[in-house]
Amino acid sequence: MTQHHDHDHDEASSTLSPIAARVRALESILIEKGYVDPAALDALIARYETQVGPHDGARVVARAWVDPAFRERLLNAATPAIAELGIGGRGGEHMVVVANTPETHNLVVCTLCSCYPWTVLGLPPVWYKSPPYRARAVIDPRGVLGDFGLVLPDATRITVWDSTAELRYMVLPMRPPGTETLDEMQLAALVSRDAMIGTGLPAARESEA
Amino acid sequence: MNGGHDLGGMMGFGPVVPEPGEPVFHAEWERRVFAMALAMGFTGTWSLDASRSAREDMPPAEYLSASYYAIWHTALERQIVENALATPDEIAHGTPVIPARPVTRVLRADAVGPRFGSGFPSDRPAPGPARYAVGDAVVARNIHPVGHTRLPRYVRGRTGTIERMHGAFVFPDTNARGAGESPQWLYTVGFTATALWGETGAVGDYVIVAAFESYLEPAGTST
Repeated sequence: MTQHHDHDHDEASSTLSPIAARVRALESILIEKGYVDPAALDALIARYETQVGPHDGARVVARAWVDPAFRERLLNAATPAIAELGIGGRGGEHMVVVANTPETHNLVVCTLCSCYPWTVLGLPPVWYKSPPYRARAVIDPRGVLGDFGLVLPDATRITVWDSTAELRYMVLPMRPPGTETLDEMQLAALVSRDAMIGTGLPAARESEA
Repeated sequence: MNGGHDLGGMMGFGPVVPEPGEPVFHAEWERRVFAMALAMGFTGTWSLDASRSAREDMPPAEYLSASYYAIWHTALERQIVENALATPDEIAHGTPVIPARPVTRVLRADAVGPRFGSGFPSDRPAPGPARYAVGDAVVARNIHPVGHTRLPRYVRGRTGTIERMHGAFVFPDTNARGAGESPQWLYTVGFTATALWGETGAVGDYVIVAAFESYLEPAGTST
């Protein structure tokens, strides 16, 4: 799969791209036959475009940083622990959270398709679904991290989690030093999507989040 | 199947190129394809495993040159036709000709929050005791199913260790072809990078896969 995108032409014009025209015809037939409700399609899009996203995963990480008992529950049985924060659903039915340590850095991939923890991170970015990442994460994880500008200490080992079943993985990054005075909301603001995939680290200060 | 989707360890695709400030969707048609795929899955006509199978069935050259939602779109059209929900002509013109086929359920807008907020778990009661325990050495079997499977090529024939047990889950290989959920024990299996990649792998690195019981055999037995 390529990393470029087909873009719609101006919706107001009559020159839809071929795939946009074909998708529109498909939607017409599915609505006409009563298989889909257009309002439900709009609700699905709204849910995954504007509601579900990495801000939810960041809340989970921040809670784990400030609450050792929660952190333990999260690492032992992630799905019910995440549900304590009101987070759950499609794409996060069977969560596994893996903690980075000074010795081990975790990286999440789906070499076979695009499995990704929707409930805590939303829908995956194009690079996560594309061949360069899916092919190389398992054989050259340091090279992949280099593409993101992330260089780990030489002594740090990497564990790559390939999402080959319905288990969905999220990385619990290490809390950055110098954040002792921050509250949970301020900590959550340090946690990027990439930090929870393993292709990044939390920002050192809030201004860099 | 040994398709164009089974990418682990392949080379030559170039660097990963993150897109700063990437939007969730890049075109209106991507939004509609995404939502239609979820809503059609909700009708109960086919499983998520069947959808994955339809996407990875594309000829590798096509799969690797199509964008992500273009793959979803191609597979969705194919599943609709194969399940007799619409004809290719109807899909091409957007005009119904034959009557609709009844489906089990239709997703309504007010059900999106509750149903997708609670999810669709795929764990099931275990069919029997687990064959393996944490710490066991296992070999990923050297199998090459022509249909859907979730055992990636790069681990086949390699020895790893059972790290966690997850109970039983729907078995994708049978469920994808409508042959039943046939739940199996699911394990976290850890492989050293050197076991998978020889001297290309870094000592101390690991690759973890989730593997169904029938993908594995005890280490030390012949394949």
